[in-house]
Amino acid sequence: MTSVTLVNGSKWGERRYLAGAIVALVLIVLPTLNRELPVFGTGADWLAYPMHIMVLIMIWSLAYTSWSLMGRFGLVSLGHGAFMGIGAYGTALLWNYAGLTPWIGIPISLALVAAVAFIVGYPCFRFRIVGHYFALVTLALSEIVRQVIMATRDYTGGSLGFTPTPYGDGFSLYALQFSDRTVFYYVALASWAFGLWIWWRVDRSMDRFALEAISEDEDASAAAGIWVTREKLKITILSAVMTGFAGILYMQYQQFISPDTVSGIAISLQIVFAVVAGGIYVMFGPTVGAIITILLAESLRVAIGVSMVGLDTTIYGILLVLFIIFLPKGVLGGILDWLSRRKAG
Amino acid sequence: MSGAILTVEALTKRFGGFTAVDKVSFTVGEGEILGLIGPNGSGKSTIFNMIAGSLQPTAGSIVFQGRELAGLVPNRICALGVGRTFQIPRPFRKLTILENIAVAGYFGQGGHVSRKEAWATAERSLDMVGLDYEAGAEVGSLGAAGLKKLELARALATNPRLLLADESLGGLDQSEMDQAAAMLERIRRETGITIIWVEHIMGVLMRVVDRVMVLDHGEKISEGLPSEVAHDKRVIEVYLGSDAEAVQANV
Repeated sequence: MTSVTLVNGSKWGERRYLAGAIVALVLIVLPTLNRELPVFGTGADWLAYPMHIMVLIMIWSLAYTSWSLMGRFGLVSLGHGAFMGIGAYGTALLWNYAGLTPWIGIPISLALVAAVAFIVGYPCFRFRIVGHYFALVTLALSEIVRQVIMATRDYTGGSLGFTPTPYGDGFSLYALQFSDRTVFYYVALASWAFGLWIWWRVDRSMDRFALEAISEDEDASAAAGIWVTREKLKITILSAVMTGFAGILYMQYQQFISPDTVSGIAISLQIVFAVVAGGIYVMFGPTVGAIITILLAESLRVAIGVSMVGLDTTIYGILLVLFIIFLPKGVLGGILDWLSRRKAG
Repeated sequence: MSGAILTVEALTKRFGGFTAVDKVSFTVGEGEILGLIGPNGSGKSTIFNMIAGSLQPTAGSIVFQGRELAGLVPNRICALGVGRTFQIPRPFRKLTILENIAVAGYFGQGGHVSRKEAWATAERSLDMVGLDYEAGAEVGSLGAAGLKKLELARALATNPRLLLADESLGGLDQSEMDQAAAMLERIRRETGITIIWVEHIMGVLMRVVDRVMVLDHGEKISEGLPSEVAHDKRVIEVYLGSDAEAVQANV
C-alpha cells in the first residue's frame, strides 16, 4: 500500500520536479565548493577531475540529445560526426587563419553545418530515401568530411589534430578561451540545459505529431496536408546545427581537435550507441547515455591504460547488441517504463 | 448543377505499356455526390490518386476551382481544399485517435491554424463521423468500422471543399454499410462538401449519389443518374450481370 502511494500520481510528479530542482542546484553550486579541502589527502584541487568529466558529459549530452531529436522519429543519421567536425574545424580554422573571433566564426560555421544538412537532407527527403538507405547516405557524409580534413592536412593538421592559436593569458572572452575550468563548466551546463529545452519544445510542438505520422506513413501524412520534405528538413537542420555547436564547445574546451575526436564514422556510431543505451524516446535518455559511455571509457582508461587500444569500442559493440535485444528503450526508458508499470498496478 | 467545382479533361495514365486510365473526362458540380464505380482494376483508384496528387497524370488536366492540380504535390492539393481517404485505412498508430485528426486539422487546412483551433476541428470532425472515443484512446482499440470513420474524420479535418472518399465498404456488414452511406449523405447536407465516392459494391451507393460514372478497363462506359445507369446495357453487360435486377430495384 505504502509503495503505491509513494510513486502514485501527482506525488510522483512532484517528486520528479523536486529531484530535478535539487540536481540543478547541486550542479550550479558545485564549482563554488572549497577546492583545497584535503578530500583525497593531497590538498590539490580535488574537483578538477570530476568537473572535467562533467564538462565532457554535458557537451556530449548536448550532441546526443541533438541526434535524438531526429533519431526518435526513425531518421537514423550516421552523419552527425560530420556536423560536429564541420562546426569544430570551421570555427578553429577561421580563428587561426582568418583571425575571426569565435563570436563570428561560430555563426559562420553553424551556417555551413545547416547548408550541408540541407544539401544532404533535401535530395534524401525529396526522393524518399528512408531507413537503411538514409543511414548509408549519412554514413558516407561522415567519411567524406573526415577525408576532407585528412586531405587538407596542410591546414587542418590531418590525423595529427589541430590546435587553435592561444590568445592572451588564457582568459579571453574575445577568443572564448578559458584556462579556468569553472567558466567552461557553466558554459557547458547552460548549453546542455538549452539542448534539453529544445528537446522539450519539439516534444510539445505540433511538428512532433507530424514527424510521428511521417515516420509511420509518408503518403497518408502528405494526404493529411503535412509537407513531409519540409518537416524532415526542419528537424534535420535543427539537429545538425545543435550537434555542430556541441563540436564547437568541445573544441573550445579541449583546445585540440582531431578527426578521431570530432568527426568520422566512429564518432557517428558512438552518438547512436550512446543514445540507444540511454534511451532514445525520453528527454534525459541521451544524457544518461553520455554518462554511461564516458564513465565506461574513463574507467577502462584508468583500469587498463592505453595498452589495449580499441577495447572500449569492442565493449560498446557488444553492449549495443545487448541493449537492442534486451533493453530497446535504453536504460532510462526501461526504468521509466518499469516505474509506470509499478504505478499502474 | 450549380457550376463545376472539378473539371477533368482527357485524363490519361500509362504505366509502361499499360493504360490504366484512358482519356477520361468528367465534371463534378458544387455540392454534388458523384459515384465512381467499376470492377477491380478499372482505374477508379488511379483517377483518385491523380486528383489527390499521389500519382502524376501522363496526359490531361484536372482543374479544381479554376486551378490546375496536375503537377502539384499531395500536401499542396490538400491545402487547396481536396481531402481524401484511403481504401485501406492508414491511421498513425503512434498517435492517439484525437491526435490523428488534430494533426490533419493543424497542417491540412492550408493556412495558419492555432493548436486550439486544430483540436476543436478534430473534435468536430470526430463528432461528424460519429466516432465514440475516450480521451487518450489509442488507434489500436478501433475495429474495421471505427478505422473507416477515423480515416474519414482525418480527411474532414483538413476542411476540404471536395472529398475523395475511397470507401470500399467491402469489409463491413449490411448495417455498417447503410450507416456509412447515411454518413456521407449527412456530411454533404451539413457542410455542403462535394463528394466523389469510389466503390465497387453498387447497391448502397446507388441510393445516395446524385450521379454515377462507370469505368471499365480505364475507360468511361457510362455516366448519368443512378436510375439511367442501372439500365444501361453496357453497364449490365460488363459489370452488373446477374445483379442487375437487384440494383435496378434499389434506384
